Amino acid sequence: MGVMDKFETTAATTHEYLTFRLGGEEYGIDILKVQEIRGYDHVTRIANSPEFIKGVVNLRGVIVPIVDLRLKFALGEAKYDAFTVVIILNVANRIVGAVVDSVSDVLEMTAADVKPAPEFNAMMGANYITGLGTVKQGDIERLLILIDIERLMSSPDMALMDSTAA
Amino acid sequence: MKEVTSQADAAGGFDLTQFYGVFFEEAGENLSSMETMLLEIDADSPSDEELNAIFRVAHSIKGGAATFGFSDVTELTHELETLLDRLRRNELRLRRAMVDVLLEAGDVLKSMLARYQANDADASAAPDTRDLVARIRHLATGQSASAIDDGRRRLRVRVGPLTDGALADNLAELFRDIASLGTFEATDEGRLSPQGLREFDVTTASADAELIELFSFHVSREQIQIVDLAGTRRADAGDTSAGAPAKTGDDADPGYGFFVDPQSLPAARKGTQTGSKPKAGKAVPAANLESSSLRVSMEKVDQLINLVGELVITQSMLTQQAKNLDPMTYQTLLSGVVELERNTRHMQESVMSIRMIPMSFVFNRFPRMLRDLADKLGKSIELKTVGEATELDKGLIEKIIDPLTHLVRNSADHGIESTDKRIAAGKPAHGTITLSAAHQGGSILIEVKDDGAGLNRERILAKAKERGLPGVHDGLRDPEIWALIWEPGFSTADQVSDVSGRGVGMDVVRRNIAALNGSVELDSAEGYGARVSVRLPLTLAIMDGMSIGIGDEIYILPLGSVVESFQVETAKIQTLGGTGRVVKVRDSYLPVAALEDVFQVPRLRDEQEDRARCQIMVIVEAEGARIALLVDELLGQHQVVVKNLEANYRRVPGVSGATILGDGRVALIIDTGGLVKRARH
Repeated sequence: MGVMDKFETTAATTHEYLTFRLGGEEYGIDILKVQEIRGYDHVTRIANSPEFIKGVVNLRGVIVPIVDLRLKFALGEAKYDAFTVVIILNVANRIVGAVVDSVSDVLEMTAADVKPAPEFNAMMGANYITGLGTVKQGDIERLLILIDIERLMSSPDMALMDSTAA
Repeated sequence: MKEVTSQADAAGGFDLTQFYGVFFEEAGENLSSMETMLLEIDADSPSDEELNAIFRVAHSIKGGAATFGFSDVTELTHELETLLDRLRRNELRLRRAMVDVLLEAGDVLKSMLARYQANDADASAAPDTRDLVARIRHLATGQSASAIDDGRRRLRVRVGPLTDGALADNLAELFRDIASLGTFEATDEGRLSPQGLREFDVTTASADAELIELFSFHVSREQIQIVDLAGTRRADAGDTSAGAPAKTGDDADPGYGFFVDPQSLPAARKGTQTGSKPKAGKAVPAANLESSSLRVSMEKVDQLINLVGELVITQSMLTQQAKNLDPMTYQTLLSGVVELERNTRHMQESVMSIRMIPMSFVFNRFPRMLRDLADKLGKSIELKTVGEATELDKGLIEKIIDPLTHLVRNSADHGIESTDKRIAAGKPAHGTITLSAAHQGGSILIEVKDDGAGLNRERILAKAKERGLPGVHDGLRDPEIWALIWEPGFSTADQVSDVSGRGVGMDVVRRNIAALNGSVELDSAEGYGARVSVRLPLTLAIMDGMSIGIGDEIYILPLGSVVESFQVETAKIQTLGGTGRVVKVRDSYLPVAALEDVFQVPRLRDEQEDRARCQIMVIVEAEGARIALLVDELLGQHQVVVKNLEANYRRVPGVSGATILGDGRVALIIDTGGLVKRARH
């Protein structure tokens, strides 16, 4: 993170995050990257694609790939029913759907609430994690893993894009 | 045409005529927006934004006109620009008079452009802009043309017709006698014009009425005309109609004089007749400048196409549902559904036609390219184009440019022989390359034909052997040999030139065309020339498809590549070398590809046994070869709207795109070319 970036993060008063659950963990992504949230249905399977790419759906005439983050990060149980939620993301000029366990809420966080993530080895490469947020709700303190969804979705190991997939 | 082309040539020897239409349209739009802005502007307190906008309009017209060599338009807009530039820098204050002059200049520009657009070669009909330019310059230099600061105005006074020009000099005497009146100067050196008029430049603070009163001591009121040099006519003591600025046609009275040149009045005098002509002629071409087309961003058109695609899907869904209804009870509803189907189809056709542009867009770039190429190669090559008016989808047009360029280069470099060789072979010294385009059924056929040496069978064979390509032997038939040149890296050129010969060409051409769902064929006759035929679908956005079922999944096959389909007993499919499978269709064996394996369709075990007895086979042809595809069932034929998978995902092997089915689900479109390639290697 450059000096300017740091400066901007401190200067910006608040950021809004959409939080969702994967297994027992709670994640937060920049709300501005989220286009909509919808149910999971009618996914057309694509042959020879990684297991976590469920296929493509028709989103009002646009063909949108669906990624199951639960499968990608081996978190939670990948079952599909009426309650399965897909977050439609608008990242890197593309529309991508991400399947998660559930969407919790939208949280406002100041830069002070966000702590840098420690160095660690995880399924989700640490370079997609921008920080750890703490949310206090009454006496309960929740840990929120903030991720750079744009970088994650355009990374080569998501195999979503041609340039990086090659 | 003559004048326009010659001017365009002067602009750099490059044929820009194809862009004229765009320029005229743009300039027309610009001029009308300038007019609107000028009419709306508050002369007393113009905003910087407005002035800037008007300046930009003038600037862009000037730029365009300069590019196309319309020098008089450039000159006039240059003057406008100078004036507007000073205005927007607040070096000058905007005045009513300036707005008037700007509006007038706009009208003149319109008529100039209309003349170019109509290819009116009659130079004498060109509007005379000298006076206008002079007035603009005058305004731009910061001097007031009419309102000098102490309230004085600059006027032009015309007196006549007179029998004796000296009579008017009496008026000058008046000014000499009454010093406070102002100045009074003859602009015509004391001579009468052919119409018997005298003209004077007058600077005065007095009102027109006072002047007329004064002048009437010496000449009759009817003989006096006063014109404000700002272009606003103040008074006309005589016949009022003579002063109507819009008056056109043969006007014996030169006094309306809107266009009179202050610098060279005698000349303008002589030419009152011709001077009035551009005004008369202006009204007609100005009407032609009205644009008959509309420039719309591609995005909007694509959105429209998308929406129509959605409509088609909804409509087909309704049609499907309606089939289950009882025709007796729901007669009106059913006829409505039929009506809807027809209307949707018409609508789809009209919307698709928006994207169509003529092939001339592509062809027009070749004359120049070929000329340079011929110079470089020291050959003499003529280009013929046929069917430029054939229309093709814009997306396709853009993608076909590169492959076609390649083919034309190849023809010029390898096809056409050197002049000496041609003469020795008894051919005309200059070679001919013919580019043609024509509609054929649901596709467009583009041909690049040359009358050169044709392909050399021996040389291709020798090269192929040298490269060790599989299956090459002397007994190959001609078409099979020609097919070799599509192999990657294949080149028979002895020398690599900077034009072509690196062998990176033909396979790329073929791949590009295949990516457009097209096909390419090559014919050649040694000594007589070669012909490459490119066949493309009319549009990328809509395709005739055959939907097939495999397990629970539905796939679409491009109907164009489907040859036939039939039921086959599993026993008739023989394995070959363990993994490969072939089926005998009439007299030949075709490789079999089970789509179930290709697309790894999941299946239940008992289902598998169930279908083991009998299957449906679809023969598809692509890339000049046929294969048999094993499918579960044929579901139907329909037009599908092709959607891009790569927009949000990436390329998928064996899949060329996707479409949306009647029930809203996505179905993948099978890339038959890719399957054929995979099955044959």
